[in-house]
Amino acid sequence: MLGTTVILAFRAINRHKLRSFLTTLGIIIGVAAVVTMVTLGNGATAAVREQISSLGANVLQLRPGQGFGRGGGGPRPPDFKPADLTAIENQLTGVRAVAPMVQSSGTAIYEGSNWSTTVYGTTAAYFEVQSWKADTGRLFMPEEEEAGKPVCIIGNTVRTNLFQSNDPIGKRIRIKGVSCQVIGALATRGQGGFGDQDDVVVMPIKFVQRRFTGDRDISQIMVAVDDAYDTSTVQTSLEELMRERRKVKPGAEDNFNVFDTKQISDTLTGTTTILTQIVAAVAAISLLVGGIGIMNIMLVSVTERTREIGIRLAIGAVAREVLMQFLVEAIVLSCLGGLIGLFLALIASVAIAPLMQVPFIFDVKVNLIAFLFSAAIGVVFGYFPARRAAALNPIDALRHE
Amino acid sequence: MAADPIISLRGVTKVYGSGPTAFQALKGIDLDIAQGDFVAVMGPSGSGKSTTMNILGCLDVPSGGEFLFKGRHVETLDRDQRALLRRRYLGFVFQGFNLLSRTTALENVELPLLYRGEDKKTRYEAGMAALDKVGLKDWWDHTPAELSGGQQQRVAIARAIVTQPDVLLADEPTGNLDSERSVEIMELLTDLNRNGGITVLMVTHEPDMAAFARTIVHFKDGLVERVEQGVTA
Repeated sequence: MLGTTVILAFRAINRHKLRSFLTTLGIIIGVAAVVTMVTLGNGATAAVREQISSLGANVLQLRPGQGFGRGGGGPRPPDFKPADLTAIENQLTGVRAVAPMVQSSGTAIYEGSNWSTTVYGTTAAYFEVQSWKADTGRLFMPEEEEAGKPVCIIGNTVRTNLFQSNDPIGKRIRIKGVSCQVIGALATRGQGGFGDQDDVVVMPIKFVQRRFTGDRDISQIMVAVDDAYDTSTVQTSLEELMRERRKVKPGAEDNFNVFDTKQISDTLTGTTTILTQIVAAVAAISLLVGGIGIMNIMLVSVTERTREIGIRLAIGAVAREVLMQFLVEAIVLSCLGGLIGLFLALIASVAIAPLMQVPFIFDVKVNLIAFLFSAAIGVVFGYFPARRAAALNPIDALRHE
Repeated sequence: MAADPIISLRGVTKVYGSGPTAFQALKGIDLDIAQGDFVAVMGPSGSGKSTTMNILGCLDVPSGGEFLFKGRHVETLDRDQRALLRRRYLGFVFQGFNLLSRTTALENVELPLLYRGEDKKTRYEAGMAALDKVGLKDWWDHTPAELSGGQQQRVAIARAIVTQPDVLLADEPTGNLDSERSVEIMELLTDLNRNGGITVLMVTHEPDMAAFARTIVHFKDGLVERVEQGVTA
C-alpha cells in the first residue's frame, strides 16, 4: 500500500511541476539558509581557533599598560627591564621558555629589491615559544644573542620579495641602513589574526636595542607555560611577581597586562559560536515559514482536487489510502525541497567561504539534521490537509465543481 | 433468473437532516435486481432515484431497512468496509465522466488496479485490454483534454470494467453526449451486459436510452412506482 501511495504522490507532483516547485521553495530556501549559515559559522569558528593557536599554545603575553592599547592620559607605563626577564626565568615555576621582544619597522633591501617589513628583536627562545622552525639555515647561536651580532632570520614573505626563489642563506641585506647577514629562513605560517605572520625579520634583541630603539627596554615578554603546569596558576604568580617588581601599591590597578592566548581563543570561539546560533535560529524561522507554505498549498490542493478525491473514494480507495497519498505528497515535496536546499547550501558555502576567508567544513551532522527536519515538516504540516482530504464524503466530493 | 437476486432492498428509507427540517428522500423501497440484468432507473428529479443509486453503489447508507448485496448486509458496514466492497464488486460511470485530468487514459483505467495492489505488468495488461474493449486501445496515452466527450466516457467505462466488477453503476452516462455518441455508449453497455455478464444499473432521463435496458424501474416521490420487466430481449 505504501508503494501505491508513493507512486500516486509522484504522479500528482509530476502533473503539477510549477506548483510543486513553488510549494517547496520555502523549504528549499529555509534549508539552504540554515545549512549555509551553520557551515560558514563553523568555518569562522575554526578560522578563529586556527588564528589564535598560531600565537602559540599555552603562551602568556606580558605587556605594559592595560589592554592592547597603552591607554589615554597619565604617565606611560614603563617597559620591562632585562632584570624582569631574568626574574621571570629564575623565580617563576612552570615556565618552559621566556622570550623578550622589541619591535621596530623598516625597509629591508637586497640588491635591487626592497620590502617594508616589521623587525622583531628577540632571542632563540622566541621560536621555542612560537613552536616555529627554520625552513632553511639555522636559528640564533647564544654568542650571537649575547653580542648582538648583525644576523637575521627572515619570514617567508620577506624571503619571496627580496630573494624570489634564490637561496638567501649567507646573503647580506640592509635594513634601516644597517647591514646584516641572513642565517635562516622561517617555515611559512600564513595569515594570522594580526596580519601576515610571515612578513617579518627577526634579529637578536641586543642588536635591535643598540641600533634601532636606543635603550635596553623590552616592550613585550612571551612566557611559554610547561604543559605539566596550569596556565592560570602560572599567570597568577607572574602577575604577583610583576606587581612586586614594578612596585604596584596594594589595591592599585596593574600597570601591565597578561594575556592568556587560550583564554582569548575560548572567548572568540564562544562569540562566533553564539553568533552562528543566532543567525541559524533566524534562518530556522524561514524553514518554519516554508512548512506553513506547504500546509497552505496542500490545503488549497485538497479543495482543488475534491472531485479527484471523490473519484478515488468511489472506485474503492479507503480513507487511509487517501490520507497517505496526501501525506506522502507533502513528505516527498518537503524532502525534495530539503535535498535541493542542501545542494544549494553546498554550492553557496563553497562559494562564500573563500570570500569570508574561512575554511569550508562539510558537517554531515548539520546536513542530516536539516534534512530530517524538512521531512518532519512534511509530516507535521501535511497531516492536517491530508486528514481533511480523507474525511471527505465521496458523494459530496463527486458533486464538487 | 431463478437464482437469488444480487441486490435486494427491503423497506429502505433515507432521511436527510433531522427535526422539522428533515426530508424523507426514500419512503420504503423494495427492489430485487437479478444477476445479469440490465436495469434502467427513471423518474423525475427528487423522486429518490439518485439517492437509491448512491445506496446501491455503497456510497451512502440507508437510514432504515435492509440492503443485501450478494447476501451480505451492507447497511451495517462501516466506511472502509464499503470502500473495499466497491473496490471488489462495483464499477462506476458518471454523467460528467470524472476522469483525472492531466492523466493519460491508461493511467486513469489503471487507477482501480493500483488500489487493488496489482503489479505494474498486470495493471498494464488489464488496462490495455479494457481500453481495447471500449475501442480506444490506440488512444492510451492521451489525456482527457485530448479526447472527445464520447471517448472520455468510454475511458470511464474502461476504468469501471477493468476490475471485472459484478455490477456496473452508471449515473446518466449519456447525459452530456449527443444522440449518436449516446447510442454508441448504450451499445457498449449492452454488449458488456450480454457478453461480459455484468449487471448494469443505469439512471437516465431519456426513454430512448432506457429502451436498451431489460428492466425499467420507475421512481416517484421516494417510492418505486412500477417495474417494467422484459422490455427488450
